[in-house]
Parts: sequence; structure tokens; C-alpha cells
Amino acid sequence: MNLIIAKFNYVLYIVLMMMGLWAMIAKSNLIKKVVGLGIFQTAIILFYISISVKKGANIPIIHHHVDPNHAADAAHMVIDAAKYANPLPHVLMLTAIVVGVATLGLALTIIQHIYQEHHTIEEDEILEQLNQ
Amino acid sequence: MKKLAAVMVMITGLCLIAGVGDFPNWGDPNSPANSYLSTYYLTNAISDTAVPNIVTAILADYRGYDTMFETVVVFVAGLGILFLLRGTKKKLGDHPTAFPSSSIVRTACRIMIPMMQLFALYVVAHGHHSPGGGFQGGVILGASVILLAISEGLSDGLKRITLKNTIKWSAIGVLIYSGIGTFSMLLGGNFLDYSAWAPILPATDAVMARSHGMLGVEIGVALTVMTVMFSIYADLASHGQMDEGL
Amino acid sequence: MNIAAQLPVIVLVLPLLSAFAVTLVSLFNKKLAWPLTVLTMTATFLATTGTLCSVIHNGAIRYRVANWAPPFGIELVIDHLSALVAVVISIVALLVAIFAKETIQKDIPNRVGQFYTLFILCTVGLLGETLTGDAFNLYVLIEITSLTSYALLAFGGSRAYFSTFNYLILGTIGACLYLLGVGYLYIKTGSLNMIDIATLIPALSGSSAIFTAFILILVGLWIKMAFFPFHGWLPNAYTHATSTVSAFAAPLMTKVTVYMSIRLMYFVFGPDYAFSQFTGPVNIVWLAVIAILVGSYYALVQTDIKRMLTYIIIAEVGYMVGGMWLGNAIGLTGTIYHIAADAIMTACLFLALGSIAYKLGSTKISDMAGIFKKMPVTFCAFLVGAAGMIGIPPTAGFFSKWFLISGGIQAGQWAFVVALLVSSLVNAILFFRIIEVGFFGADDEDEHDAVVVQRNEAPLSMLLPTVTAAALVILLGLSTSKVTSLLIENIVGSLF
Repeated sequence: MNLIIAKFNYVLYIVLMMMGLWAMIAKSNLIKKVVGLGIFQTAIILFYISISVKKGANIPIIHHHVDPNHAADAAHMVIDAAKYANPLPHVLMLTAIVVGVATLGLALTIIQHIYQEHHTIEEDEILEQLNQ
Repeated sequence: MKKLAAVMVMITGLCLIAGVGDFPNWGDPNSPANSYLSTYYLTNAISDTAVPNIVTAILADYRGYDTMFETVVVFVAGLGILFLLRGTKKKLGDHPTAFPSSSIVRTACRIMIPMMQLFALYVVAHGHHSPGGGFQGGVILGASVILLAISEGLSDGLKRITLKNTIKWSAIGVLIYSGIGTFSMLLGGNFLDYSAWAPILPATDAVMARSHGMLGVEIGVALTVMTVMFSIYADLASHGQMDEGL
Repeated sequence: MNIAAQLPVIVLVLPLLSAFAVTLVSLFNKKLAWPLTVLTMTATFLATTGTLCSVIHNGAIRYRVANWAPPFGIELVIDHLSALVAVVISIVALLVAIFAKETIQKDIPNRVGQFYTLFILCTVGLLGETLTGDAFNLYVLIEITSLTSYALLAFGGSRAYFSTFNYLILGTIGACLYLLGVGYLYIKTGSLNMIDIATLIPALSGSSAIFTAFILILVGLWIKMAFFPFHGWLPNAYTHATSTVSAFAAPLMTKVTVYMSIRLMYFVFGPDYAFSQFTGPVNIVWLAVIAILVGSYYALVQTDIKRMLTYIIIAEVGYMVGGMWLGNAIGLTGTIYHIAADAIMTACLFLALGSIAYKLGSTKISDMAGIFKKMPVTFCAFLVGAAGMIGIPPTAGFFSKWFLISGGIQAGQWAFVVALLVSSLVNAILFFRIIEVGFFGADDEDEHDAVVVQRNEAPLSMLLPTVTAAALVILLGLSTSKVTSLLIENIVGSLF
């Protein structure tokens, strides 16, 4: 029970991820496979972002009122880490998003070429043409 | 095939669920992920780098090496798509080559595009203090150029940013990033150690030099992202033919 | 600037900067792209060799990028293992860069600059993977290598698109599983630095999340290295690519991924953890045995040499994964030595085959009739590579098989030993079939007309790297004791 209530975010990401995996393996339409790929990657992003949540915390931008003439004051500020969410997973997922965009773009390019060669984007029809 | 896929998906899912039982609860502030590195960044980033937005500080400085390669990924995507699509001679079905134009759409976009670009520049420049930065600003800039190409036609968009220029400026963007890193090496620091710039920047100590260095790399990132976004759009929309598309 | 201290990062920064220089220069003058690429690769080779020498003399280097102390910043870790692999990568990249000139000029004259840029960036990705000491940074670099290789493999022609698409889907699943594994490690340890994680794992050895992370990372890398049963994408993707690209991808991609799995299994999870998880009937070595046998079987039924070689690669991946799971020092020595040996042997075979394909326009065994008379030097280089694959002394292939078989005997894994011997036998049959056709099988018309076949060698820019690769196969074999005593013993000694 604890698994579902206290860790529901992890269960949710797995469900989402398996939807993507299913689309990638079982669908024969290449565009649907790419959509599945997108869901798969998004599930991982959801997983990482949900790690960074802290109950009662705010976005990780430090509130500070430092006099610009005394920038050194910043060094003596006391910062309560519990007030801010964990910034690291956000940074990591920015990278994953960029990689997702790049993969998506290349996949669509290759699909355009496949369509040009085979005049279809159904995997089984392409395989039939290739085996002839 | 579908049954096999279902079995595979079930097995993978169960394997993943099996690992979950051992995780800390959702939102637990004392979990290892939320306390070990994260606490260091939250408490020290502002005194190390003088940047209150911790995400920016980690992105462009602590893990700047990652972000440099991330920009390379963007560049590779743009170049790879161009590389694959430019060689095609055949056309992909029929797409309209004459562009239908509507004065309502054109006028609306004419008002929106400068606003978007202004906001994008703000997002790039203000990434140190508020959510934003090179990637976000670059995407908005790219979207504004794509909007131009949608409203006025691709050929008109390409008149403003030619294909040659997208390649050139995306390469220059990453070059700015890696160049700033290399120059800190020449100044006697490690690679990407912006604090080495302090002696040659006016009225800057080592901490502020890191802050300025981050602004420099964000500008490089924004350039690359903007040009690559437009180049991907232009390539995919016209199947590499660079006439009209969509 | 202190060049010696900055050398580890110069290995990466030099090709990275020049990749963009190639893009910019080739916008104005396409003829400069190739010389600039060869120059870059030569300089990179010198830098990696310098790093290797420095590691041999002064021990492992830990370089702090942006001068942040690990685990807060990213660090590069260059020990004997990564320095060795980096040198191998830069050698193969240099050879292929020289080789590329004629075919690329012929195939895509107006996209030369883009090709070389992608090629250099792919090399940067591979070098970065070997040098990095950060688990997440490794993911970014895996993606750089993957994205560049998708673009490079796809331009091989009509059939290449579909096979590359399959590679893209599977490759992305592999990389995503790796990323997820890193996430599981991060959630339990809170760290991303490999050395730091390694110190935290022993306290968590009972955790099911860590075990899941281990499985996810292993499976993710297995997909990327085409280990059985995830090998389906490799033969098509590499067969349909152009000869230059497959000569680059085939030797390096799988081998560097094997390196990564050694790095993660032995240096992050640690041998104690890895071997305590798989005891009794669940044994990865058995999977390796099946991989070797499956690869060898499919290689035997092919009629196309390039396709045959791709199945041999699958068998070779089985060798290496089996060797690292034997759980003894000599097996791991064999795997590490085989990374270097197999990279150079595969490069030699693919370069020679690329030259033959350039002249003949075909890679079918039946078209090889009389090839020895037409292209004697290229064919001799091919034979040296073949001798390495079979395991004839003094080529490098003999010594790696020797280490792996001794490791198998020591571990009592008789099935692995038998599979290695069977695979050598199959390789011998395969290559003798080609040799028979190449030496004795003359074209019918030649027999009737009794015309002396003209020598028709590939141009010098293709011949030179091919012959160099063949020489390296023998040279590496002759200097085996030096390589093991200077480099591999240092790594293996610290683990067992």
C-alpha cells in the first residue's frame, strides 16, 4: 500500500514508460513508433523531475537582497537548503529534452527518406518490399 | 508479434516496479538525492558564482562541460538533418510551391514577431536571476523566425536567414562556448574555468568572472539553438528542397 | 598554460574546435575539409599518445573540468584503461580519415564538409566516453556518438534508411535505459561521479533499487553493443552503410561500449557487487556462449563478405562480454586486450574490403575471383586481418584468444572455451573460402582468353591506411607482453 500512496510518482512514470515501449515494439506505423519514443523519453524526464521534489520547498532561485555595492555580502548569506527544491535533476533533464528533440528530428528525417523509397510508412509493408 | 511485445513490456514493467519499493518516499527532503550534492549547490552556489538561479549556476558552471556537449548535440541534429536531406533529388509527394498569403495572418505575425524576439533576448540575458537561459531564449528566437517563415512563406524566411548562415551561426554558437572554455585554459585555468578571466575583465573578481562567463556561454547556446531550430524546420517542411512547404 | 597538465582535455577540445573550423572553412572552400580533418586526427593521435605516456610514467590522472572539486563538478579520469582505448580510437579514426578521401569525394562531392564535421564529432563523442568520470556526462556523450552515427549510417543509400531507423529506435531505448539506471543510482546515492558512487555502493549492496540500476545499465549497454539477444539491428545497419562509415563504426562503436561496461561494472559497481548478484545458474557467460555461436552460425551462411563480417562482430562482442564475466584476472586481461586487438583487426578487414568494393563495386564472395592478381597488396592486408580473426600467431588475435581461453579454463567455463574454439574454426572456414576464390578462382573469360589480369590497386589514400592497419595487427601481436605489463596489469591488478 505504501508503494502506491507514498511512491505513486514512480508507479506513474513506469506506466507511462511502458505505454511508450509498447508503441515502439508493437505498432507497425513508423510515426507511431516515434511517438512512442517521445512518450518513453518523457516518462524518464517525469521520473527525474519527481526525484527533485521536496515537500514545502520553492523553486531553486535564492531570494537575496544584496546591495550591489557590497557584492561580498552574498558570501555571508545563510541559506536554508530545505526551502528550495533540488536543482540538479532539472539541469540533467534539460539535457535529456535537448537529446529528445535531436533524436526526434533525425527520426522524422529518416522517415521522410523511407517514405520516398517505399511510398509507405507501415513497417510490415516495407519489410515485404525489402524481402522481394 | 503483439503477444511477444506484451510479454516484453510486462516483464520490463515488473522489473522496474521491483526497484521502486526501495526508493525514498515522494517529496522526502532527506533522501540522498535531495540532500547530498543538492544541499552543497543550494548553499554554496551563490557565494561561488554570484548567480541566484541555482539551475543556471549548475548548468553553465558546475556541469558546464555537460552543457557544452548538449549544445554540440543540438548542432549535430541540425547538421545531420541537413546532411541527410540536402542530397535528395526526388520530391516527397506534392507539396504546394506557391505560398497562399493572408493579410490578417501577416499583420498579426508582424506585430507578434518583434515582441517574441524582445522577450527571447530578455530570457537569455536574465537567466541568472529568473527562470530562463540560452536554451529557452534560443527556442523562442527560433520560434519567432519559424513564425516568420510560416506567415510570409519559407522563401521569404530564407531570404532573412539563408541556409549558409544557419550553418555558419550554429557553428559559431558552439565555437563561442568552447572558445570561452579554451580561452580560460590559455589564461592559466582549467578548461571552462571562467574565474581565470578575472584579470582581463574590468572590475571583476573571480566570482563575478564566473557569472560573466556564464552569460557568454548562454549567448553562444542561444545562437546555436535558434539557428538549428529554424534549419530543422526549413529542412523538414520542404524535404530539403528549400522551396515552399507545408 | 601548462600543456602537460591540460593534456587530457586537449585530447577532446582539439578535435571539437576543429570540427567547427571544418564546417566554417568548407562553406568557402570544400577542398580544405579533408586536409584539415587528417591534420586534426593526427594532432589528436599525438595528444592521446602523449596522455598514454604520461599515464604510464606518472599514474592515473584526474582532471577537474572548470576547476570544481568532484563530486560537485565533472572530472575526467584517465587511467591505464581509458588511455589505451583513447589511443586505439584515435588510431582508427586517423586511418579512416585518410581512407575517406576518395569515396566521399565520389559519393557526396557537395556535402564533404558536413560529412567530415559529423565524422570528427563522432570521434569526439567516442573519446569523451573513454575519458569521462561522470555517469551522466557519459549519457550525453553516448548520445553524441549515436546521433552522429545515425546520420552517417543513414546516408548509405535506399536500404540504409530503414535499417538505420531500427538502429535509432533500439539505440534510443538502450541509451534511455542507461539514463534510467543512472537515475536509480542517483536516487539511492545522491551522486553522479563514478568514483564517488563506487565508494557509496558497498553500504547499499542489499538494495533492490541498486540491483535494478545494475540491470538497467547492463541491458542498456548490451543493446548499444549488439550483444545477444539485442544484436538484431547491427548487421543491416553496418552492411548498408557506405564502406567508409562502416570501417569507422564497426571497429569502434561496439568496442567502446564494451569499454564502458567494463568501466561501470568494475569501477562503479565493483567486481564484488557484480559477481555476488549472479551466482549459480544465472550466468552471463552462458549468454556470451550463445552470442558467439549465433554470430558464427549466421556468418557461415552469408554470401556477402561485408554482411559476414558484421556477424563476426556479434561473435566478437560475445568474446569480450564473456571474458569480463569470467571473474578472473586473465579473462579480464583478454577482454581489455581484445578491445584493442579487435578494433584494429576489424578496421583492417573493413578498410581492405572498402578498397576492394571501391574497385570492384561489389562485396560478394563470388565476385572475388582472381582478386589476388588484381589487388595483391590490398588482398594481403585483408589476409593479415583474417589471420587475426582466426587467431594465427603472431597476429594480435592469437594472443587475445589465448588469454580468453586460459581465463575460461581457469574459471572452469568449458562451454566458453569450446565456443571460442568453434568460433575460430568457423572463422578459418569463412576466410579460407574467400582465400580460395581470391587466389585460385579465376574469371571464366580469363581462363578462355588467357589474358594476364592487370594490376588495379586502389589509390594511395586508401592503400596506405589499409596496409598500416595490417601492420598494426602484427605489431600489436608482437608487443603483447609490453602492452600487458605496462598497461593492462595495472588495471587488472587493482581489481583482483
